[in-house]
Formats: sequence, structure tokens, C-alpha cells
Amino acid sequence: MAKVLMKGNEAIGEAAIRAGCLNYFAYPITPQSEVAEYLAKRMPEVDGVFLQGESEVAVGYMIFGAAACGARVFTTSSSPGISLMSEALSYITCAQCPAVFVNIMRGGPGLGGILPSQGDYFQATKGGGHGDYRLFVMAPDSVQEAVEMVMEAFPLAEKYRNPVMILGDGLTGQMMEPVEFPDNLQKAPTNKDDWATNGMDTRGSDKRNLVKSLFLDPTALNAHNLLLKEKYARMQREDVRYEAYNTDGDYQALIVSYGTMSRVCRTAIDNLKADGVEVAMIRPQTLFPFPIDAIRQAVGREHCRLAISIEMSMGQMVEDVERSVQGRCPVEWYGKCGGEVPTPEEIMDVVRERLAG
Amino acid sequence: MQSEVMFAGFGGQGILLSAKMLAHAAMETGHEVVWIPSYGPEMRGGTAYCMVIMSDRPIGSPIVKNPQHLVAMNRPSLEKFAPVVKPGGVVLINSTLIPVRAGRDDVDELAIPVNDLALAAGSVRSANVVALAAFVARSGVVPIEALREAVEMEFARKANLIPLNLDAFNRGVKAAEAG
Repeated sequence: MAKVLMKGNEAIGEAAIRAGCLNYFAYPITPQSEVAEYLAKRMPEVDGVFLQGESEVAVGYMIFGAAACGARVFTTSSSPGISLMSEALSYITCAQCPAVFVNIMRGGPGLGGILPSQGDYFQATKGGGHGDYRLFVMAPDSVQEAVEMVMEAFPLAEKYRNPVMILGDGLTGQMMEPVEFPDNLQKAPTNKDDWATNGMDTRGSDKRNLVKSLFLDPTALNAHNLLLKEKYARMQREDVRYEAYNTDGDYQALIVSYGTMSRVCRTAIDNLKADGVEVAMIRPQTLFPFPIDAIRQAVGREHCRLAISIEMSMGQMVEDVERSVQGRCPVEWYGKCGGEVPTPEEIMDVVRERLAG
Repeated sequence: MQSEVMFAGFGGQGILLSAKMLAHAAMETGHEVVWIPSYGPEMRGGTAYCMVIMSDRPIGSPIVKNPQHLVAMNRPSLEKFAPVVKPGGVVLINSTLIPVRAGRDDVDELAIPVNDLALAAGSVRSANVVALAAFVARSGVVPIEALREAVEMEFARKANLIPLNLDAFNRGVKAAEAG
């Protein structure tokens, strides 16, 4: 298929349809309202459903209901809206239902602002809702990658029977880039009879599917948590994704950065290279599971003496970088938030200063 | 080779749309391209701006401190962005609304009465097309014919507006050649 010029938000909506997801529930919020605008028009064309909930709390449970029935379902929101959905995310994860949540992050905390930010790293990777649960979290750096990740997210959610979150930011949603959609459309898997409450015919059998998140027996709840824990460990073993940038040379510092911020870092790395300063980057494409091994190996190279987590947040990713680096070199942080996006020039200055210091 | 064009003006002057038409022409001529709008509170009646980055390589940072070129549709935009344009860049000034100049001798300044030319074409709403055509004719960031096709494509679903916009387009090109 030929390339088309599309806004990130619209491309995310189209990607979901091409992934065979015909159920979209949402509540509008800047900077991702174009997803709803696009799908309000597009879903009826493919006999899909777009229903605007009365709030993000309601949307979270619409997602739970559709997912429990075995339907491919997704929603999109931005930071404060995801906070409101976090209760449902905890329930859905406990009940082991597959669903896709897209968070086009804006500045926080509180109502914050509407400009790009990465302030929801903790919320996405460490919880947000209550209890021992994890989301599978993917972070695209371009409109094309957002499309690919949305299309991968549904099979991953079904593989793990766990919600997948796509973590973008206001720029991911608002910018236009050329995108190419795959020719083959995915078909949502129809056979979820082993767990979904899909109305299957069980006459003459004892089989009943039950989707629930209440386990009053402590032994049963402990066992359920152990089962979830094993699932998260399996994500770490099987589905870590990252991009290594400029890791072939004798670099002195390793940048860890994701999403929009990593693009700025890439330009800074190219410009530094032209000035004779070698810096490498590991760009996590999955934030959970985190590319622990890749970062540990990258800082183990002979000349690397510094790791810097560069984020549009106040150092939320630093602890994940630290547990990857495991003391092999100092781990520092640089970032801005609230809608301020560091420029390549700023990153270059920071890297030079830290290497000199 | 990468170049960046900053389009800036009042909300309602068609800033985002002219940037989109350029982005489309760039894509169709084989460039990597990113279109980055301002979507903050300023788009509601204040200053709207939009950056188009074109390159022959994958584009890194969507945040650019010093754009190569500037298309300024009103005075606040010129005053805000003219100082940061890279030396040698084209600075297009809508002289109908801007009584001053960029105040730089290291850029290629092109002052065009964009609104007057749009009115002559039939509607002041085609001012963005006048400015875009003049800018591309002067800077050559994409072939002018590719831009003309992008303009026609943009208005394909409002075909009655194509003649108006092509007239505006031609007036812009002519003004750039004369200027």
C-alpha cells in the first residue's frame, strides 16, 4: 500500500481497525481527541462500534465488559483520563482479559497542561491502580511505529490475556508523518471458548467460563498472584523490544530514552558524532518489560563511563536504568516536563558537561 | 539534507493547511517528512504555527530551534521567528499585514502582499495558498508542480474551490518571480 500522510491520532485509529478491532469506547480529551473524531466516522463504515462513555471510569468498564466477552476492544485517552481508568485496569488485569489502552500523555500532575510529556511512566509501568499488576507497555517514536505497535498490541494482549498500553505523547498524536499500513488485515481470533464469557453453547456439558477479580480465599488469591507474576516474568523472557543506536563505536556515554524524546536524542547523537564525541543509545520500545540485559551489556563496553536517562519527566525512568546498569557506571538524569521538550542542542550540552564533569 | 519551514500567523489564516500541503508534496516527491502543529491554547485566536521538516533521511528530532525558512503571515509571527531563522533561509513576509521587515541581512527576504493577491484571486481565504506558492517558487524546497498537485489534491473534495486556489497559486508564483 502507498504511503499516506496522517496524524498520529488518526493513524492509531486506523491501525486498530486494521488489527481487526471493531470495538472502541472512549471519552474525549486533548491531545488525543482526533482518535475519537476519526473513529466516529470510520467505525460505522466497517460495521464497528464507537461508543462515547459518560466518563473515563465508565469507559474502563465498557472495555472490561467487551474484553470479558472475548471481543477485540480498545480505548484511547490522555493522562488524567488514564488515571480515571486505572481502577478498571487493575480489575481487567486481575480477571486476565486482553485489551489495548493508548495513553497520549500530556503534562501533569493534576489537570496539568495539554502539551507533550512523559510524566506517566510510573503509572504505566509500575501500577496506577491497586494491587500487584503489570501492563505490557509499548512506546512508539513515530507515527509509523505507533501503527505497528497498535497492530502488535492486540495479539500480545491475547497471548498474555493482559492489557497492553501504548504510551505516546502529545507529539506522537498531533504530528503528521507518512505511514504505510500492511495490506493484510488481521482477523480477530474467534475461538476464545477456553476462557471468555462469549455465550457459547454449553448444553450437555459442565463447562462454564467465569471472568472475575474477586478471590476471597487468601490461598486462592496468593496463587492467582503467583500465576500473574509468572506471566510478567514470561513477558520479560519473551517480548522485550528495544532499538540500539550507534552502539558499534567506542562510545563514552549511553543514553536511555524513549518515544519522542529519543528522536531528539538521536539528532543530538548524530551531531555529537560529527564533532567527534561518540554516544550510544538504547531506546526501549517496551517499557515493561524493560530492556535490562541490553542496557547492562551496552554500559559494559570498554569506554562507556556514564549512563543518562533522558525523559520528558522528572527522572521516573532512572530507577529502571539503575537496576539495568547494576552499578557498572554512574546513572544520571536529564529532562524537562510540563510541555517543554528539550532541544538537540540542550542534549548535546548536557552530554558534553556530564562527560567533562 | 534536511530543511525546515516554519509557517506562522493568526489562527484562521490556514497555517496548518498550507503546511500540510507542503508536507504532502514533500512526501510525494520522496522525502521523509514530519508536520508538527502548535495545538496549545495559542491556536484559539492567537498565534498559530506549524513546522514542516523535510529530509532525505529518517527525521530525528521534531523539535527544531532554528528553522531553515519562515513564512510569516502576521507581524507577531515575524517578530517571534525571524531572529531564529538559519542564515541563508527564505523569509516570506505578508506585506499586506506586516509593515516591517525581518531586520536581517543574512536571509533571503521576500515581501509579498499576500492578502491583496488573495483578494484579487477572489477570496482572502486563499492567502495561505498565495504565500505557500510564493515560498516554494522562491526556495525550491519541492518542485512547484508537485506543490500544485498537492493543492489540487487537498481541494479534491471541494472541487469548486480548485479554480480559486489555482489562481491564488499562480499569483503567488508570479509575485515570487517578480520579487
